[in-house]
Amino acid sequence: MAKKPVTFTLNGSDRAAFAEEGLNLLEFLRRGIGDLSPKYGCGQGACGACTVIIDGETHLACLTMADAVHGRKVETASGLANGKVHPLQEAFMEYFAAQCGYCTPGMLMSAKVLLDRNPSPTRADVIEAISGNLCRCTGYEPIIDAILATANMRARA
Amino acid sequence: MAMHRGRGFASINYPIGMNLGGDPSQALVHSNPDGKFTVALSSIDLGQGMKSVTRQIAAETLGIPVADVYVDTADSDTGPHCMGSFASRGTHRVGNAVIQAAQEARAVMLEAAAEELEVDASDLVTDGRGNIHVKGAPSRSITTMAACQAAQFKQGRTVSGRGIFLIPLSEVDPDTGEMTPVSCFAHAAMLVEVEVDDETGEVSVLDMQSAYELGRALNPKLVEQQLIGGAWMGMSHVLWETTEPYYPDRSHGPVDFNHYLMPGPGDLAPHHISVLERPAPDGPFGGKGPGEMCANPVLPAVANAVYDAVGVRIDDLPITPEKVLRGIRANGGARPKMRLPRAR
Ligand code: FES
Ligand code: FES
Repeated sequence: MAKKPVTFTLNGSDRAAFAEEGLNLLEFLRRGIGDLSPKYGCGQGACGACTVIIDGETHLACLTMADAVHGRKVETASGLANGKVHPLQEAFMEYFAAQCGYCTPGMLMSAKVLLDRNPSPTRADVIEAISGNLCRCTGYEPIIDAILATANMRARA
Repeated sequence: MAMHRGRGFASINYPIGMNLGGDPSQALVHSNPDGKFTVALSSIDLGQGMKSVTRQIAAETLGIPVADVYVDTADSDTGPHCMGSFASRGTHRVGNAVIQAAQEARAVMLEAAAEELEVDASDLVTDGRGNIHVKGAPSRSITTMAACQAAQFKQGRTVSGRGIFLIPLSEVDPDTGEMTPVSCFAHAAMLVEVEVDDETGEVSVLDMQSAYELGRALNPKLVEQQLIGGAWMGMSHVLWETTEPYYPDRSHGPVDFNHYLMPGPGDLAPHHISVLERPAPDGPFGGKGPGEMCANPVLPAVANAVYDAVGVRIDDLPITPEKVLRGIRANGGARPKMRLPRAR
């Protein structure tokens, strides 16, 4: 199969790799680049475990073609901690918002985009923002609390 | 056409562990040359917190900081045997095995320290911060790291311990049917309030009030986390989830997340939880464990609440709008059992 060169930035660093035609971004990031933070949950856009940020918007990596990120900025959960853990990660720990942790990278991505756009979201905004991310373990409540707490913490800082 | 409110109650006794040919778990504890300890288990952490709780138990028993304990559950082929992470047995069975293993390892660590300090091991105590000292004389001390290193590099001892906890098989008495399948039970009670739409058959859970008695809560935040998540799963089982919607007919079974229904973050009900601690005599530090029980009371409580709201008794799960509507139709209309004040 034909391979295409894809150059993009991943969490702020320039990357270049070949992607087979038809390869999806999730496989490309996990196998081609070696970033294992986006998770494979369903491969069909139903669970949100593969959520990544492309040019400031959430996208499901399993439904995105690898070459679609050519020339664009991709962010994943592995880039959140920058020297020290991100406030969202801190709050997820503080509020016990992960059990098995499989949904966590996707949740963090959805939460980050929400807070970047809307620094003081309501509970309903948070629910809306994570409504595409399934979680089997937590019952969502601790995740919602953690996201709201991050917003409050930032507002006070 | 109207919305009907109903309340339902359920309480349960939940057995800790099981009775299939005996119920054992093993643990191995050893110190590394840096004076830190590894606990080897085959008991897998599925997110319920097995690693955190066994780490606390080992640290407490060894008398060292939690940070100095690493729990390795990497490989159930090569690790010490465990029946597994199920039957709400983890904290109780594995925790007890860890205590036994850690006690043995602690005894060797104190002997090693005693040799270095030239005192009797029975006169030594740990401070939980990484030091071992003579009772009443904190200045005559040695760090746990120095004691473990002396054991390994000077004295030629392994600072290690083996632990097993076994609840033996209880055979059924052929005459009386009597048996003792488990050594302790956890308990829960739950009250839920629902609203049932008699036009669509939809049930929404409005509120959950629960009390759980699960021995000592060894890690209260983990317990709370499990209870919140577990109750959500119970709500999902009672109203949404099924692999066999028309059992025994296999048709219309879900094949992916688009068809396998679960409540999302927008379908939550406030859940008020009380945890009652009655330490179990044979539990590790009194713990039993929330385990599967965190999901269970929700199911009968919601079924009872639906009956209370519209008079339809549904005894196969999940309680789908279709079943509710068929029940209402069979009764010739909704039959609310009780009027609740329209407060809130
Ligand atoms: S793996 Fe992409 S949405 Fe489930
Ligand atoms: S923590 Fe397990 S799926 Fe969310």
